[in-house]
Amino acid sequence: MELETQKFGTKRSESIRKQTKSKAFFGMIWVVAGITLAVLFLILGFVLVKGVPHITWTFLSQEPEMLGAEGGIFSVIVGTVAVTAMAVVIATPIGVAGAVYFNEYSKGGRVIKVIRFFTEVLAGIPSIIFGLFGFAFFVVYMNMGWSVLAGALTLTLMILPTIIRTTEESLKTVPMSYREGSLSLGATKWYTIKKVVLPCCWGGILTGVILGLGRAIGETAALMFTIGGSLNIPTSVFSSTRTMALHLYMLASEGISDEKTYATAALLIIIVLLINTSATRIGRKMTNGK
Amino acid sequence: MNTREKAIEKLIFICAAVSVAAVALITIFIFAQGMPAIQRVGLFRFVFGTTWSPTNGSYGILPLIAGSMAVTLGALVIGIPTGLGCAVFLSEVVTKRQAGFFRSAIELLAGIPSVVYGFFGLAIIVPLVRGLAGAVAPDAGATGLSVLSGAIILAIMILPTIVSISVNSIESVPNAYREASYALGADRRETVTKVILPAARSGIFSSIILGMGRAIGETMAVLLITGNVAVVPHSIFAPTATMTGTIAMEMSYAAPDHQQALFAIGIVLFVIIVILNGFAQVVMRRFGGAAA
Repeated sequence: MELETQKFGTKRSESIRKQTKSKAFFGMIWVVAGITLAVLFLILGFVLVKGVPHITWTFLSQEPEMLGAEGGIFSVIVGTVAVTAMAVVIATPIGVAGAVYFNEYSKGGRVIKVIRFFTEVLAGIPSIIFGLFGFAFFVVYMNMGWSVLAGALTLTLMILPTIIRTTEESLKTVPMSYREGSLSLGATKWYTIKKVVLPCCWGGILTGVILGLGRAIGETAALMFTIGGSLNIPTSVFSSTRTMALHLYMLASEGISDEKTYATAALLIIIVLLINTSATRIGRKMTNGK
Repeated sequence: MNTREKAIEKLIFICAAVSVAAVALITIFIFAQGMPAIQRVGLFRFVFGTTWSPTNGSYGILPLIAGSMAVTLGALVIGIPTGLGCAVFLSEVVTKRQAGFFRSAIELLAGIPSVVYGFFGLAIIVPLVRGLAGAVAPDAGATGLSVLSGAIILAIMILPTIVSISVNSIESVPNAYREASYALGADRRETVTKVILPAARSGIFSSIILGMGRAIGETMAVLLITGNVAVVPHSIFAPTATMTGTIAMEMSYAAPDHQQALFAIGIVLFVIIVILNGFAQVVMRRFGGAAA
């Protein structure tokens, strides 16, 4: 009798201890998740609150003076658009075609495994290595100099894996019966891809392109040694130029002007977040529609 | 198949092979530019030399490797528990809807450009660390540009990588595992720590390796907040220089010999990253799904 109560007693205290442990564990997890959210809001809030008031029409429309300490960032905006748009325009057809090969033409086997492996490797290469390569290959070897073109081609290679991967994912969602239907009507393979498969997944392709664009706009290290950093408006693809991300780095590292630094950071963050949320929105719409 | 179809297939194949050409060219050019420096200095003296002072012709990158390792390890020490906590939170604690909100937040974090992280670190983290260092050792005169600042920012930056891959592998743990665990009388905490996390270990492990690769390769943030002093850091409040930061910092004014040495750092970095990423892929493939 006595023995049994004792046993019962230990069991009870054990279960209480277990409960406390469990509560502490999940409490910690709530705390960690809360801190993560807080950090996100801190970063966004800090940059936006300090920067947005300085994003004025003059800031957007005037050219920078005194290395960016005065004036606006108009030429930097033009440079950003030139470099990133060019990168996306070059990378999109190559990336989409690559994904089409992976999903529609390849019959498995060693070649495709090798290509896939290299695409993964390309995706993992740090941006500073792209910068070194862009400098050695495009700027020096191909003799492009510090230019919009050299920067855009460097970024093209960087965003290629993103476009390939997203396009491939959406190609996979096109039902086999669509292809079979088209082929049985006498369409050739390429005609089927062009008229049936690709039109079904433009949303996925667009998502990939937009994600690539977001990555290109935020990129700095790959452009440090490839676009030169001139504050003049680029007049040709061989002009030296500067993107907003690079401009932000220059301002922050030299401590040129607090006000302009915050404004540039805020503008950059707003653009990148708009781009990324529209990408996820399109992606979601597409999957919901299916 | 007519000739036009064949030509199109060829063209598409060439597009697919661009990645191969790109990786090959990157490898060739980085090695071609960097190897002369390694040959001149000697591989051993280059990698294990303790003085990085290019203006005096001294090219030892051990301090830079130590700097990269220090901030990366620091980032992992902070980032792994936080990342796993968030992953468990997403998959085991909250409802689907709340998880969706939290997931978008993590995605936002992943989208912030690294130069913005650097700027944020410079404006917020560095002064905080300076204060902390001042409280610990008032006479040291720490600037806050330090290993710790770098580690904190890198931890935030690798969080999305760790969380998203870990969540996927936790969610692919079969529900039968949870049910069996509860049936044996385990509570929620025991189920998570003793059944689910071990079952998802391959995905978690590769998420950590990928996060580590991202931390080592990250440039802009560490460039702005670690101080760029090429000495082996002796404390977490000491400034340091990473491999990436040194390349970014010195390329603009490097003389030809020096520039080759910077490309040689690129080689070392490239090799480390390819090994880490290859390793992560092997781990994922070997252990397959969650039920490893």
